[in-house]
Amino acid sequence: MELRPGLKLSSAVCSTEVIVVAGSGDVELTCGGVAMLAPGDDAGEATAAGGLTNGTMLGKRYCDEEGTVEVLCTKPGDGSVGVGQTALDLKEAKPLPASD
Amino acid sequence: MNILTLLDMAVSGFGDRTAVGPVGTGLTYAELLDRAARAGRSFTEAGSERVSFLDISSPALPVALFGAAYAGQPFVPLNYRLADDDLAKLAARTAPASIVAGPDQSARLSGTPGLTLTERDSFLHAAQTGNALEPSSWSMDPDDIAVLLYTSGTTGEPKAAVLRHKNLVGYILGSVEFMGAGEDEATLVSVPPYHIAGLAAILSSVYAGRRIVQLPSFDADTWIDLVATEGVTHAMVVPTMLARIVERMSARSIELPSLRALSYGGGRMPLPVIDQALSLFPQTRFVNAYGLTETSSTISLLGPDDHRLAHGSDDELIKRRLTSVGQPLPTLEVSIRDEQGAEVAAGAAGEVWVRGEQVAGEYLQQGSKLTADGWFPTNDGGELDADGYLYVTGRLDDVIVRGGENISPGEIEDVLLGHPDVNDVAVIGVPSDQWGETIGAVVVGTASQDDLKSLVTERLRSSRAPDVVLYRDELPYNDTGKLLRRVLRSELAESGD
Repeated sequence: MELRPGLKLSSAVCSTEVIVVAGSGDVELTCGGVAMLAPGDDAGEATAAGGLTNGTMLGKRYCDEEGTVEVLCTKPGDGSVGVGQTALDLKEAKPLPASD
Repeated sequence: MNILTLLDMAVSGFGDRTAVGPVGTGLTYAELLDRAARAGRSFTEAGSERVSFLDISSPALPVALFGAAYAGQPFVPLNYRLADDDLAKLAARTAPASIVAGPDQSARLSGTPGLTLTERDSFLHAAQTGNALEPSSWSMDPDDIAVLLYTSGTTGEPKAAVLRHKNLVGYILGSVEFMGAGEDEATLVSVPPYHIAGLAAILSSVYAGRRIVQLPSFDADTWIDLVATEGVTHAMVVPTMLARIVERMSARSIELPSLRALSYGGGRMPLPVIDQALSLFPQTRFVNAYGLTETSSTISLLGPDDHRLAHGSDDELIKRRLTSVGQPLPTLEVSIRDEQGAEVAAGAAGEVWVRGEQVAGEYLQQGSKLTADGWFPTNDGGELDADGYLYVTGRLDDVIVRGGENISPGEIEDVLLGHPDVNDVAVIGVPSDQWGETIGAVVVGTASQDDLKSLVTERLRSSRAPDVVLYRDELPYNDTGKLLRRVLRSELAESGD
């Protein structure tokens, strides 16, 4: 699928929904190992692949090792988000003190 | 990407928490999103292209801000303190627009064509009972304009700074932890709706889940009382506000133990004021934030630990940190450049350049001011020290050129403020036939001119000592804490050689 910042995607295997924060071009974004769906795509009947069911958490960001693909979880679910069969990492950010 | 994504997530995560107003009677996050959908419908039906806002802070502010985003129209808050003529000019530039106005403001715009005007109470009523736009129907185009904010326009016509959804959302995602606030936390917003910090406070608080308490018109005693009665845990103030708060706290010998965090920014903070504040709020975590409208608010901050370390230190170098704006946010880059745009060494002065997702650096008529590789030259002078702490010396326009030597007023002001009998000071260039410009100082305090000259000569050098000194009871600031240098400039020019 063609990624672009702002693109909303939903999981085909669980309740996960994400928004693309960074990334462009043809990238196979998956959840539970199954391609994620753009609005209007047919969900079909898919199940999550083994080992890709660590789940997503609301408000957390997930990115690949190079930091070229990053998504924000806007609805949590049971599948892991990934590129192809490789799960994305939870992006750990040191919390900053409130400034405004 | 849309600022509504932030509110939508808040509704998913903690929709029943109070978003704005007192617990129990205020608006919850779910109610705020619902009202935004209805307000958005009213803006769409009005056929406007922008949503303007001419009012003090009230729940109508977040409803109109998010409602505008729902309708896909830029939100344009106007400064209600402007003179009628200036206000009418700006309002005309926003047309065709829907405008939400305070009860005492609406009559001021009756002659401006192209405005669909609704008073605050009718707007809030319609946002509660009117028809709504389709759920989740907002645009996700990250390049859509979220906010147009008029800069204070100290020289010439005010410029409309463009902030796109990607800039504001980028800022929040990079600097705020989702649901990072405890359910008991509340933030007191005292800056007006037409200030970037006033808008950023709404977005940050929504994403963190921190209740917003609004103070529509700043007054130190009311601020102190609100912190106490509302159990306020967080607040942001401009330096002039903090100076007043410190004064009233001392006079009333009151303590505010609920206040966990106090951030300040928007202008230079006099060292004596912050020192006194640190003593008066021994438990509070202080943050000095530096940012610009064009950068979606904060780009650099001095954190609580640095404040306490500097406050308790006798070491001049560590103490000096209190005059720094700390370290740049990890999500962006800051670089100090010379006049040719080349990066200077640590400790050398130059112009502050910044690059990152939150940096818009763009104006409606004038277009983007970013360089080809995405840097925004801020027109602020500054330096980064060897440890990466940023010191901002002021607008480059304010630099004094005395006999070919560039002198930054901030450097001299810091020295003068170190004199125990100086409460506030502004250093400004005075036209001079001999030097081009000489150095003028306007002082609030009783230190003698000779004392001040020898202090600067000793700490800096004689060419930086003030040639002209005027004494005043107070300095002129606007309501968001910006020193009105042009007022002082003309007063000083009359006393020059």
